[in-house]
Amino acid sequence: MTLTTEAPGATPAEAPSAIPSFQVTMRLRRFNPESDTEPRWENHTLTMHGTDRVLDALHKIKWEIDGSLTFRRSCAHGICGSDAMRINGRNRLACKTLLKDLPLKKPITVEPIKGLAVQKDLVVDMEPFYAAYKSIMPFLITTGNDPSRERRQSPADRERFDDTTKCILCAACTTSCPVYWSDGQYFGPQAIVGAHRFIFDSRDEGAEQRLEILNDREGVWRCRTTFNCTDACPRGIEVTKAIQEVKQALLFRRV
Amino acid sequence: MPKAPAGTIYRGREGMWSWVAHRVTGIGIFFFLLVHIVDTALVRVSPESYNEVIATYKTTIVGLMEVLLVAAIVFHAFNGLRIILVDFWSKGPRYQRQMLAGVGILWLVLMVPFLVRHLSHVFGG
Repeated sequence: MTLTTEAPGATPAEAPSAIPSFQVTMRLRRFNPESDTEPRWENHTLTMHGTDRVLDALHKIKWEIDGSLTFRRSCAHGICGSDAMRINGRNRLACKTLLKDLPLKKPITVEPIKGLAVQKDLVVDMEPFYAAYKSIMPFLITTGNDPSRERRQSPADRERFDDTTKCILCAACTTSCPVYWSDGQYFGPQAIVGAHRFIFDSRDEGAEQRLEILNDREGVWRCRTTFNCTDACPRGIEVTKAIQEVKQALLFRRV
Repeated sequence: MPKAPAGTIYRGREGMWSWVAHRVTGIGIFFFLLVHIVDTALVRVSPESYNEVIATYKTTIVGLMEVLLVAAIVFHAFNGLRIILVDFWSKGPRYQRQMLAGVGILWLVLMVPFLVRHLSHVFGG
């Protein structure tokens, strides 16, 4: 187990005295496949501090109250994209959501992300999500001999797809999409973001193939522009805009 | 709490709810058009029964249903234009929220005079 910045169990009396502390009730949606037939809600009331995030509350529960609580997290700093979950009804990274920014009068609900099968508590099966990403070929496709030096690109050309390079594959966007909940065959916003990153890269030559894949019935045309993905993205990617640009590429540039 | 507690509804923002409203109004308008085609076609079958059907439309309750119909159509029309702009105007996705506010304003601007005139017909005879 990796350490985070707090030393568990050691701090309550000393350092945080300057930091305002408060009571918070965490309402977790839990599911243990070995004993439960249905998910259940479980409440824990904790004393937390103004600097704590939802992830810290989950750690506190796991480390001090109930070690069976299961969730994914790795870097805990918004880079690895492991801890996307539904916090107060919206997809967020637990490590980027400060408790003090949430309404603390009511319990904070934490649920697994929607549309992917729950394996245990907050852990879902990410394979269908990764499969969609793989299917759009998220790697550089070129023809001819490899150049003897780097493939050069102007700043303007690089800027064209800058937004979609920020993706961390946390699945917050894909699992916020109402179309994806009802139709798991849909590629989902993330796969389209992944495709966008290469389609609009001047060095890449696979745009035609990727556009062909996304021209599918379950491709980019399933988007209903609900903007849930754009609101959910912890990296601030304008996901709906990226999808729109792929639609436009299919409509005008190629055909 | 029921035995199998339900999960919460996803708390989407304006974009999601405008999409839901667009669906609901769209389906409502579709069913209205079905009925409307049937009642209009009736004039070819029997002008008397056509007149009878149209007479029932002059009741208060249908008058109020017409309010819902116009409200749905006006929203669906303006929101449809917003969706077109989201898809075809390069800045559309960025300004979708403002455009939705515009839809609401245009909706009010059309609905208020309509309501005044229509309800005075419905209730004023």
